[in-house]
Amino acid sequence: MTIVLRGARPYGEAAVDIVLADGVIVDLAPVGTGQGQVVDADGLVALPGFVDLHTHLREPGREDAETVLTGSQAAALGGFTCVHAMANTSPVADTAGVVEQVWRLGQQAGLVDVRPVGAVTVDLAGERMAEIGAMARSAAEVRVFSDDGKCVDDAVLMRRALEYVKAFDGVVAQHSQEPRLTENAQMNEGELSGRLGLSGWPAVAEEAIIARDVLLAEHVGSRLHVCHVSTAGSVDVIRWAKSRGIPVTAEVTPHHLVLTEDLVESYNPLFKVNPPLRTAKDVEALREALADGTIDVIATDHAPHPHEDKDCEWAAAAMGMLGLETALGVALETMVIPGRLGWRDLAQRMSVAPARIGRVRTQGHELVPGAIANIAVVDPEATYLVDPMKLASKSRNSPYAGRSLPGRVVHTIYAGTPTVLDGALV
Amino acid sequence: MQHLLSAGDLTHEEAVLVLDTAAHLAAATDRSVKKLPTLRGRTVVNLFFEDSTRTRISFELAAKRLSADVINFAAKGSSVSKGESLKDTALTLEAMGADAVVIRHGASGAPHRLATSGWIQAPVINAGDGTHEHPTQALLDAFTLRRHLREGVGDLTGVRVAIVGDILHSRVARSNVLLLRTLGADVTLIAPPTLMPFGVESWPCHTSYDIDAVLPNVDAVMMLRVQAERMQAAYFPSVLEYSRLYGLDSARMNLLPEHAIVMHPGPMNRGMEISADVADSPRSVMVEQVANGVSVRMAVMYLLLGGAKEDI
Amino acid sequence: MDSRARVVLDDADIGRAIRRIAHEIVEKARGSSSLILLGIPTRGVALAERIARAIESIEGSSVPVGSLDITLYRDDLRLRPARALETTSIPPGGIDGKVVVLVDDVLFSGRTVRAALDALNDLGRPASVRLAVLVDRGHRELPIRPDYVGKNLPTSVEEQVRVEVTEVDGVDRVAILEGA
Repeated sequence: MTIVLRGARPYGEAAVDIVLADGVIVDLAPVGTGQGQVVDADGLVALPGFVDLHTHLREPGREDAETVLTGSQAAALGGFTCVHAMANTSPVADTAGVVEQVWRLGQQAGLVDVRPVGAVTVDLAGERMAEIGAMARSAAEVRVFSDDGKCVDDAVLMRRALEYVKAFDGVVAQHSQEPRLTENAQMNEGELSGRLGLSGWPAVAEEAIIARDVLLAEHVGSRLHVCHVSTAGSVDVIRWAKSRGIPVTAEVTPHHLVLTEDLVESYNPLFKVNPPLRTAKDVEALREALADGTIDVIATDHAPHPHEDKDCEWAAAAMGMLGLETALGVALETMVIPGRLGWRDLAQRMSVAPARIGRVRTQGHELVPGAIANIAVVDPEATYLVDPMKLASKSRNSPYAGRSLPGRVVHTIYAGTPTVLDGALV
Repeated sequence: MQHLLSAGDLTHEEAVLVLDTAAHLAAATDRSVKKLPTLRGRTVVNLFFEDSTRTRISFELAAKRLSADVINFAAKGSSVSKGESLKDTALTLEAMGADAVVIRHGASGAPHRLATSGWIQAPVINAGDGTHEHPTQALLDAFTLRRHLREGVGDLTGVRVAIVGDILHSRVARSNVLLLRTLGADVTLIAPPTLMPFGVESWPCHTSYDIDAVLPNVDAVMMLRVQAERMQAAYFPSVLEYSRLYGLDSARMNLLPEHAIVMHPGPMNRGMEISADVADSPRSVMVEQVANGVSVRMAVMYLLLGGAKEDI
Repeated sequence: MDSRARVVLDDADIGRAIRRIAHEIVEKARGSSSLILLGIPTRGVALAERIARAIESIEGSSVPVGSLDITLYRDDLRLRPARALETTSIPPGGIDGKVVVLVDDVLFSGRTVRAALDALNDLGRPASVRLAVLVDRGHRELPIRPDYVGKNLPTSVEEQVRVEVTEVDGVDRVAILEGA
């Protein structure tokens, strides 16, 4: 069946009819000439479908918070056509068996490419390397390995992992957090944490690990990916590393692009996240880094939590925020609308670069004939009021509740098939 | 004033009102008026998630002297049932018709959650939350200072106070810095660098690592409890070294001006932050602090509960 | 002064009323040495002190004077936000076995006096309690009656009686204001 996205503007440029058939873009025809089932995209911006390098789908083990299906639904509504499912499930995704299970669940849901992330160490315990080779060779074809949630803080283990993944063109994605400096940490360490009586998470605990890891990556000649960069100091380290030609890539979450630590004054656990919300100075450095390419991608770190894990006192609350359905809005508000990124730049950071880093051959294609049809069609003029009760995710822990964000995903096309039409799941 | 969550929430006027009210109530107690009828028919719940016999009894006595009914709820360890304890307990109390909740909890911000979550309607009084604040302690400390140094009237303008000890983990220190500043006092925090909070330079007070340099120039010194266990986490090398450098013994006490008083929120670690002879000396007002605690807590309960419910 | 107000007692009237009340108290006490005056804050205290001075100039001996704050004993606490407390000061010797004369500026519903009786009850056991007021404006809601009255002032419930005394307001004057 042929589908025509009538009047769409690829990368915000001239309007065309994007013609899709058999899962690929067949033609970019003059507006009104495309033949097939017409989907109205008049004036809307078409981008390659977003690829999330950092999502928590919670299945297996915490299906009360999210499942592969509901997470896929949230992703599709956010314009994503591919998500990398982090390994801190229960059981942990540290064997071929578990990653293949997650991969199969993704196929059954059929809404996005679910690419399981494999753990670096068995059970995320930071002691022994997991069977990385088996996971890479499995049907899930794992290429990204991470103990996210925890840091691979043992220097020798991190070195070995960086070396080992070279055999599979894999990449270690490090959650940079020196564990002893951040024991029981609750929020960014600063004047505010002292005042609120909450144990601090100092910036140096992130920066010191990144500094060590980039030097290790240089030494052994391996790729390194830095998860959820959150401080200005981390940006400086990464910029320095890149200037030396070290193969390091980095991601930033939408929430670290827009939210700051003063929200913690309310003691509302919706704002509790790891790494924590930082200062305005850090937010500005992250935006600048995303604009100049020091930070390569936006990754959501979508972290669903059931209500009771957030409806309590701060110290007892879980860390994490939802992000899939609001990522575009935050990206527009902080980067595109102020003119720091154009549409092609945004496509680079939300689709092309993440696909490249994750070695996902079917994603992040340029919107030209022959490309696999993974497309997000966006209305940049619309505004969208965030209502947690209306999100597709099973959980409700969005820090933007009640806030208005710019832009709206109107249609999402996954491998040539619409998963979202007119802002609703098909 | 609908709740008392932080000493920093009180304006100068409100703080002086609490102290003046406490003074009137203390006078009533001195006249052996056993009970005032003011809160008859009201139910005050003591919600203590941390063990604290002294503070709980102080609140209980205060409520009973105003003829309120008191319910004591002691829930050990929110680590056992996570945050469910707080919310579920709060909903139960609301259903039972609590008119005020006095809460002590190990998690900083728990009283704020209780007051703002919508689980209960009653006023919330913070009796100590984590390492955040302990507003009634600061109020009774201010009351004690005022009695000794300002004849029990007005505020604390020009009163110089040193607070010594584990400032980093002390909710008493935080509340005192805020309240004493509001009342016009001059505060100096003294501790080893490892026990000073990050960012303390921005607090409205002075800081010093040298207790001997500060003591001759203060009107009151407040010693805070220092736990020996902090040694395990490398905050200081040994108990001996800590007490040598920062402990208040008789020699140091003699550095204080004649009129200066020695305070301690209790319980003391005799031999650690304070020597036994200092604790028992006439300069020490610790026992009086306890008595003042009851008057101050009566004042807080009267002001929050004694009249009509205010709109926020 | 508000044009809606009319002055019913000026400073001279008040002075006379106080002297007369003092004479009446002295007459009834028949030389008793167990008299004490307790003013109800705020203005009752100033009036009590004046009555005490007047008694002193009549009898030649001084009368103990104090104040009795009744805020904590009010029955209408819940109707308004918590009020600031005032000073209670009982003369040395207490009230046990004494003839206590309560002094207030205006007697209206009687609830203030009831609260004062409750407060006295917690402080001891007087031999008797009497009531002196500068103005009785009627409209009692409780069975309470004054023993000594400066002036009986019939009023309607909507009217307000404003008493001013030099010690507090800088002037001696009683006025009636219309409307709430």
